[in-house]
Amino acid sequence: MPETLSEPVRRPGFFGRDKNFTRLLAIFVLVFIGCAILKPDLFLKASNFQSMAKQFPEFGLLSIGVALTMLTGGIDLSVVNIGNLAAVLAARVMISFAPKGSSPEQTLTVVVAAMVLALFVGALCGAVNGLLVSKIGIPAILATLGTQQLFMGLAIVVTSGRPISGLPMIYARYGNRNIFGAVPVVLAVFAVSALIVGVLLSRTRFGAKLYMLGSNATAARFAGINVDRLYVLAYMLSGLLAAVAGLIMMARSNSAKADYGISYTMQSILIAVLGGVSPNGGRGNVQGVVAAVLILQLLSSVLNMFENISNFYRDILWGIVMIGVLIINYLINVRDLRRQSQ
Amino acid sequence: MPGPGNLEEPMRFKRHLRRSEPYIFAALLLLCLAVELRSGQFFTGNNIVDLARSLTVPAIFCIGEMLVLISGGVDVSFPAIASLSMYVVSRYLDDYQGTVALNLFVGAVLGLVMGGLNGFLVARFRFPAMLVTLGTTSVFSGILFGALGAREYPVPPPMYDLGKAKLFSAHNPVSGLSSDMPVSILLLALLLAATWFLLNRTLTGRGIYAIGGDPVAAERAGFNLFRIQMFIYCFSGALAGLTGVIRGSMMLNCHPTNLNGMEMTCIAACVLGGASITGGKGTLFGVMLGITLMTVMANSLILIGVPTYWQRVFTGAIILVGTGVSAYQALRGRRKPGAVARRAGHA
Repeated sequence: MPETLSEPVRRPGFFGRDKNFTRLLAIFVLVFIGCAILKPDLFLKASNFQSMAKQFPEFGLLSIGVALTMLTGGIDLSVVNIGNLAAVLAARVMISFAPKGSSPEQTLTVVVAAMVLALFVGALCGAVNGLLVSKIGIPAILATLGTQQLFMGLAIVVTSGRPISGLPMIYARYGNRNIFGAVPVVLAVFAVSALIVGVLLSRTRFGAKLYMLGSNATAARFAGINVDRLYVLAYMLSGLLAAVAGLIMMARSNSAKADYGISYTMQSILIAVLGGVSPNGGRGNVQGVVAAVLILQLLSSVLNMFENISNFYRDILWGIVMIGVLIINYLINVRDLRRQSQ
Repeated sequence: MPGPGNLEEPMRFKRHLRRSEPYIFAALLLLCLAVELRSGQFFTGNNIVDLARSLTVPAIFCIGEMLVLISGGVDVSFPAIASLSMYVVSRYLDDYQGTVALNLFVGAVLGLVMGGLNGFLVARFRFPAMLVTLGTTSVFSGILFGALGAREYPVPPPMYDLGKAKLFSAHNPVSGLSSDMPVSILLLALLLAATWFLLNRTLTGRGIYAIGGDPVAAERAGFNLFRIQMFIYCFSGALAGLTGVIRGSMMLNCHPTNLNGMEMTCIAACVLGGASITGGKGTLFGVMLGITLMTVMANSLILIGVPTYWQRVFTGAIILVGTGVSAYQALRGRRKPGAVARRAGHA
């Protein structure tokens, strides 16, 4: 869809982004207070915060990956499947090379090697997406739709469709541990990844080029930017984050399967949009996405505390929130434009 | 059934080579021959009837999806619309005894309302159709499973009768199996004819191609963008609702989850058949070839000895190869000196 159709208003300047983040923070605070009032006894407990901190990193990482590709004007529908493929392969390696009864040193080496392999697989899958989008020219939604099937299919072939369990004990033990007895390892992994991507986007040449590519690919090409390479890098980064999410899912469930977390695809797109990433590319940042992840986690946790509300109501809520956010952003854009023209 | 003609390409033959229909037709033929050679069971009456049977529902979905794609959008919500219509019709008309036309009508109206919501959000605010329909999918399936608490449910008697009704029966003496040709295939034929007329013989149809090709130019030419988009999404929603009821009839039972994932198959089929994801292009003939190829693949891979585990890998590969060929040609055309590069990866 050409820009004129999907984005009637394009605001110059950088204040829009910051304003978006402020708005998200305000929403976060309001939701937090709302939750605290609704369920003070269950919500305001340290254990609740700890369990929330263990839940959101996996889909948070996927959301950041999707957001990165949306910044380039594309989308990545295959993140969940990349994560699962990476996890499945890592699990296979762990079980084959460190069977029960291996020495601790050997087990540790194998576990680390398997994790490195998973990250490599993630980056490779992402590179495939990036090449399909840039060198072959398949629209991102179709390319990643195709690789979604492909990666999931490969994971099914590797596992014969069954979950792989019986991983070395130390993997889940360290994966689910808290640092200093309070900060879950997975939260730390999420924080570090988000920080790295945030710095990449806002403080490096790579980030600046990525925004340029997303705002206007033609202009970026004529400005001498190696556009194809940039697409590949963006999708590789998304694949890498997906692999990290896959490793986290594997630690949480202590197993790997071809179709874990399928609903995360929709959810991570929703989070990216909620976080202010424009689906047409060129606008959005990591802070916004992280704020959106936290808001969604609060909503989801507090909904869980009402026992008589079916989980499926969450779907209705997510849908309404996503469309609502789109409409609110639209109205704000229209208002700002009117002010500018006055 | 040409799309808007390519003016700078006077040679007819070359133009046909640029289209995807010949390639997809060849691929389909090769696959059918391969299955026949390996199993000897492809060109048998009952296998063909079985294929037609499993083709009916996705083919109707594809008609709606194709219109949306031609207009430059994409719709991933039709399985949710169909499931919700199917369930509501089965559940709340369960002691209705009259003609099945009412069930079909109610299903179509429910679908029309839901499609109308998609259409309004896309046409009024000009949001990306992908995001809108992802959002409404979430809402519709939330209503289905949350508010209505959907589970397997028997279909009402008229729908059951429709599912049992057959045009004829094909018997295979070798395997001893026989298959019934469903009556619903007539409905598919009717819808195909109607849509062909709409696209090629009415101003609205030309408008659908026009807004997909270039919405600004189409508006300047006098097409009402809002009205055409509303029409497309209402039409595709109504088709989805109708198809939900047909699906329920053909399964003789209402399974609220078993249409999930159909959106991927149908989008892939449309694109394989030459409908452009960026809008403006697509023919009913091509799309029907596309969905036939997808169906033959799903039904027959096992006949040529491909293990079921590999099925998804093949589906993914076919989508990528099928879309890749035409995308690569377009990309090379765009990157010729002087041609303005369009942004890749933009849907």
